[in-house]
Amino acid sequence: MTAAALGRDARRRRQLVTPEGLALPLTVASRGARAGALLLDLAILFFGFLLLFIGLMLAGFGMMGEADLESQPALELVVVLLILTVFLARYGYFLWFELGPRGATPGKRLLGIRVAARPKEHGGGERLTAEAVLARNLMRDVEVFIPTIYLLSGQATAGVTGVATAIWLAVFVLFPFFNRDTLRAGDLVAGTWVVEAEHRKLPDAMSLGEDRSQTYRFGEAELSVYGEHELQVLEGVLRQDNPEAQRQVMEAICRKIGWQPGGGDERAFLETFYAALRAHLERDMRFGRRKKDKFDAE
Amino acid sequence: MALPFFRKPEVVAPPEIEAASLRSDRFRLEREADWRRLEAIVAALERNRPRRIPDEDLLALPVLYRQAASSLAVARETSLDAGTLAYLESLVRRAWFQVYGPRTSLLGWLKCFLAGGWSGAVRAVWLELCIALAVMVAGTVAGWLLVARDSDWYYTLVPGQFLDSRRPGASREELAQTLAVQPDSDGLTLFAASLFSNNTAVAILAFALGFAFGVPTILLLIYNMAVLGAMLWLFAGAGLGWEFAAWLSVHGTTELLAILLAGAAGIHIGRAMVFPGERSVLAAASASGRRAAHVMAGVVLMLAMAGLLEGYARELVESPFARAAIGGAMLLVWAALFLLVRRRPESAEP
Repeated sequence: MTAAALGRDARRRRQLVTPEGLALPLTVASRGARAGALLLDLAILFFGFLLLFIGLMLAGFGMMGEADLESQPALELVVVLLILTVFLARYGYFLWFELGPRGATPGKRLLGIRVAARPKEHGGGERLTAEAVLARNLMRDVEVFIPTIYLLSGQATAGVTGVATAIWLAVFVLFPFFNRDTLRAGDLVAGTWVVEAEHRKLPDAMSLGEDRSQTYRFGEAELSVYGEHELQVLEGVLRQDNPEAQRQVMEAICRKIGWQPGGGDERAFLETFYAALRAHLERDMRFGRRKKDKFDAE
Repeated sequence: MALPFFRKPEVVAPPEIEAASLRSDRFRLEREADWRRLEAIVAALERNRPRRIPDEDLLALPVLYRQAASSLAVARETSLDAGTLAYLESLVRRAWFQVYGPRTSLLGWLKCFLAGGWSGAVRAVWLELCIALAVMVAGTVAGWLLVARDSDWYYTLVPGQFLDSRRPGASREELAQTLAVQPDSDGLTLFAASLFSNNTAVAILAFALGFAFGVPTILLLIYNMAVLGAMLWLFAGAGLGWEFAAWLSVHGTTELLAILLAGAAGIHIGRAMVFPGERSVLAAASASGRRAAHVMAGVVLMLAMAGLLEGYARELVESPFARAAIGGAMLLVWAALFLLVRRRPESAEP
């Protein structure tokens, strides 16, 4: 990743203090992810209603005209219920999913983000309540739906109300760009925010290979060259398992510690070096000496 | 021969603990089985299948979570295995969301809401209710007086869709005509139109604009009540004041009450932001926003009910007494709901 991308990621990192006193790192979702999730949700709602409508039409309701409606009060009841469903589903869809165990609507799930309660000033984590989810969804009505419908319905002329509505819409849509936590106005009122929620798998440890400490013997001088940052880079290289990269790293290490690089045993060499370096650095860590990277002098 | 799609991934036995030369690896291997167990429980909870989890696992969940949290704290200080650290952080975070997540589902919350949560929230904003009521009455009076002095104000105040035949200078017969039951009206269209109409938008706007310190909410209430005042003046001038009030009250008591509640919710947020007390402005805004949203959840239901009344009940009765009776009855129902329905207080421990 480029330095710029790393910098952006670091800016989105926050912390949550659990009641056990543990500081859990959280990453606030990016604006693009939030916008994409909202568009996906709106698309799902739209197609859901469309399918419902088509289903009802196919079931014969579309055949009725105005006259039939009055003669069959049962049909009218169905249509009334349908209209009520459309009215309430705007909130119900979001409420149902955001109150569920994953705290994310399908659109958010696809983009790997979820809703969480924003911690209070002293950093303690909070529960997400139904009122908070309701508050943020009611605000979305005002931010997006009402102005858009007003503009699209043609009631607004090019005069003052049209321009004012456009400015209103712009201010609320661009609200996440004006604050660091990418909060919408709805998040501000409800005390929530949207964070990333990825699922990591437990990878194999790279130090649990064969014991080759007799084949490659690294002394104190060789292991003191590198710090923790290089160790993590080496771990990444080993996990990727790319022979080219392994060759280059092996040559770089050998140059640094003054060994002659052999051929054909890159992986074994790197695994042994990794295990030895980690043992060395962890032993120093136990004594309180931490070396961040190769430029960090004691 | 099973298709490869449905085979569960084989569980690979972890390496022997004694073979690990690093202390941090031994630390991890000793605890790996517990972490995997916690991950399985959390994954089942996330898939919303709590019944699949055996009882002893559910009881073990808080213990496993705390063990994982303490493992993470220790691993941060003693281990440099980035993969394990990232995994533990992700696991503890997911477990935290399950253990400290929302306690009830949507249906559970709804039951609690209707059985006293809503009326409790409405009673809690009584001060803002009084303010909103005063503002609305002032707005109505202002509308009446403005139009009484100069009837050209009528055209400025009342938006175009209401103008049709209801304008200054209309005869009494024309006005009476608009109040009568329309024989060819379509209840369905009226219902749909009123749901998605101006008044719903006004109610939601009144709540949401509270976040701009409550000032736009007050202005919005004044403006909408001024429209009402202007129309009242028009009908009263033609001697139809009582009939108009009755016609309006069929759905109007519910709808005006909904707007009152929405305005009170908005003013509640605004007041909390202007006078946050000892909290920061943001914290005060979010605390008051949640209580206001509690009120608003009911407002949405009230608006749906007002829509039904406007679409159907209003066309059923003609006489002003019957209409006023319906309106009065609805008002009593809502008042009883807010004043009498209380959550049963928890019985004190002896």
